[in-house]
Amino acid sequence: MLNYLLQRLATIVPTLFFVSVLIFGLQQLLPGDPAIALAGEDRDPNVVAFLRAKFHLDEPLPLRYWYWLSGVLHGDLGDSVRIQKPVTELIVEKLPVTIQLATMAILIALVIGISAGVISAVKKDTWWDYAANVFALWGLSTPNFWLGILLILLFAVQLGWLPASGYVSPFEDLRANLAAMIMPAFVLGNAFAAVLMRHTRSAMLQVLSSDYVRTARAKGLDERVVVLKHALRNALIPIITLGALGLGELLGGAVLTEQVFTIPGFGKLIVDAVFNRDYSVVQGVVLFTATVYITLNLLADLAYFLVNPRLRH
Amino acid sequence: MKCLALILTAVSSLAGAQTLRIGLAEDPDILDPTLARTFVGRIVFAGLCDKLLDLDEKLNIVPQLATSYEWSADNKTLTLKLRSGVTFHDGEKFDAQAVKFNLERHKSMQGSNRRGELAVVSSVDAVDPSTVRINLSAPFAPLLAVLTDRAGMMVSPKAAQAAGEKFGAHPVCSGPFRFAERVAQDRIVLERFANYWNKDAIHFQRIVYLPIVDATVRLANLRSGQLDFIERLAPSDVPALKSDSRFKIDRIVEIGYQGITINTGKSELAQKNPLGRDARVREAFELALDRDAIVKVAMEGEAQVGNQWVAPNNRYYAKNVPIPKRNVARAKELLKQAGVTNPSFTLMTPTTSDAQRVAQVVQAMAKEAGFDVKIQSTEFATSLNLADKGQFEAYVLAWSGRADPDGNLQTFIACKGPLNSSGYCVPEVDEAIEKARTTLDPAQRAKYYEVVATHVARERPIIYLYHRNWLWAHSAKLTGLRTVPDGMVRVQGLQMK
Repeated sequence: MLNYLLQRLATIVPTLFFVSVLIFGLQQLLPGDPAIALAGEDRDPNVVAFLRAKFHLDEPLPLRYWYWLSGVLHGDLGDSVRIQKPVTELIVEKLPVTIQLATMAILIALVIGISAGVISAVKKDTWWDYAANVFALWGLSTPNFWLGILLILLFAVQLGWLPASGYVSPFEDLRANLAAMIMPAFVLGNAFAAVLMRHTRSAMLQVLSSDYVRTARAKGLDERVVVLKHALRNALIPIITLGALGLGELLGGAVLTEQVFTIPGFGKLIVDAVFNRDYSVVQGVVLFTATVYITLNLLADLAYFLVNPRLRH
Repeated sequence: MKCLALILTAVSSLAGAQTLRIGLAEDPDILDPTLARTFVGRIVFAGLCDKLLDLDEKLNIVPQLATSYEWSADNKTLTLKLRSGVTFHDGEKFDAQAVKFNLERHKSMQGSNRRGELAVVSSVDAVDPSTVRINLSAPFAPLLAVLTDRAGMMVSPKAAQAAGEKFGAHPVCSGPFRFAERVAQDRIVLERFANYWNKDAIHFQRIVYLPIVDATVRLANLRSGQLDFIERLAPSDVPALKSDSRFKIDRIVEIGYQGITINTGKSELAQKNPLGRDARVREAFELALDRDAIVKVAMEGEAQVGNQWVAPNNRYYAKNVPIPKRNVARAKELLKQAGVTNPSFTLMTPTTSDAQRVAQVVQAMAKEAGFDVKIQSTEFATSLNLADKGQFEAYVLAWSGRADPDGNLQTFIACKGPLNSSGYCVPEVDEAIEKARTTLDPAQRAKYYEVVATHVARERPIIYLYHRNWLWAHSAKLTGLRTVPDGMVRVQGLQMK
């Protein structure tokens, strides 16, 4: 097992190196001179020249990469040029927001998606099934920003129940925090619930037609027990994998939803930084996200290794 | 009775503790007046940093930290008398030494965006604590207007020296509110400064600036009562909001403009295209455009048509260079004379919705005269780069504007203007621009601008289209707003009735 662990750890280093090269390289493909983008409306030639020198923009690419990498290796992701804040500080600031939004969205998606999937499978070819399918189709085809604006108009402007947008830290005011996060989490969760519903339905249909379910029914078990205890448990395996993947995706930032609801998370941070050519922020945040992915992946593999005794030998 | 008094005291202290919540259309950049570069950042500065001079609704120069000014006989020295009893947010005293420090910081700090604006300032003398003398290498009429903006903003020398280039993360000025907190892309919070020199004009305890990029969401926040004020209301939202008595809309014609820059000599592309090569083709293009219709369709009527770098109501607008009327027949005739009946060119357009709409309307109008306009939607930062390199034929570009006409003109039209993307260079025009800079008499300056306007209207390096309305929407209870054309939200006098 130790060997396996060492092997895996050894692959992390080249993977991260490759990721860092990719992030840096792709960034250079962006059209437009970052110094001009950063120099603002006036584009004063002195300022442009200063910014070029400051960010080594006139130097060869490998050298610039080395400047950045050596900073990263010393734990310095650089500063945001636009707002003069260290990138690490920005990450620490945004991370809890993104984690909370992603977690709430996934919970909403799981609750809605799994229930709708189970009902639709159990009540196959009935109005329940059709209704759940319509819901899934609606969820998949509704653009997030549009649904977001509709919800704002209904719950914030018309009914006045929820704030239209913005973010409040849960440590400041938990109630206000939940009120601000529920709509964006629902918008994100709704789209993902539709995917989960479709997968749950097909997994359930497959399991419900298997031999052991027939045996369970033959034993005279209550239908609820058959569905929830015997069928759903097995059907959930692919759903959990899907849910985990979805969570990973959401942690990378939900750009449009964050934009509509003005949630200061990762997605908004990266997009704003790309448009403003705030290179340090883009590179730092993407590298951080990639590192989290790789680490989670490693942990998942290790967990699998621990759970499945056959792999240990 | 005692109870009533208590209630009244409580109510008044509550009113005093009010927070003003302002919705911004973008997230501001660095909050350091020397390094700052965005329009939206200036709105926050209006609450945070006082300036030496200010503007009024008619663009007149009025006192702020300087109570009066005087030019020397040769117009090469500007003497400012400073307000006494002013302190910075850190308790430091504001005096002539502080002004000297600030102007020198603007000029010498690496990456300063103010260096160009203050290029003519050769030295600054602190004559006595309340008198400062600014010595210029040549007379420079726009200086007063420059001092009404970021170049005139005074920061605490002590704090600026201590923080170095990180000053913008925790700015210390002398404005009515002091910096409290900033969460990037979320909010900027300012707290009332108790020792403000004009504290009687301040009626809020706190201002929270919230950047909300989406105009619909910004408006929804106003309508649901989470914001008291929003800037840049979308023109399409005006009719709906007008009918709601809970809100008011203010509009101000901007000091900037929206126009189409034409590459007439920036690169070899200019000669390859009839539009850049032949002034008759450019004239035909302009005659194909109906500015009223453009404003009506693309801006829902929320702009004032124009054909110069200042709006027609500006004192420096050249009245004998009027807005040309649409004349498709004449446009076709001109194209025939130029030997290109169906000229084709690419119109580079930033991806903002305003610019896209303008480009589409222009495309449709020009087609009637025989032009084949290809719209090339280009992300903003990329478009700036292409413009600077001359890699474009025509470019839809807005300028937020400066209080002095020179700020809208020299940089774009003078041969060596840093933003001269057109590549336009006419010695006579340069001379007139230079003379208008060095002459203080407004009537004389207007004459020089007339010379420039005549040339520009004839040669068309930029076809100016209109001047947008700054649309502000706010709670009807909010009073004391001053509609100054620079689009800044001045917080002095604002209160919730």
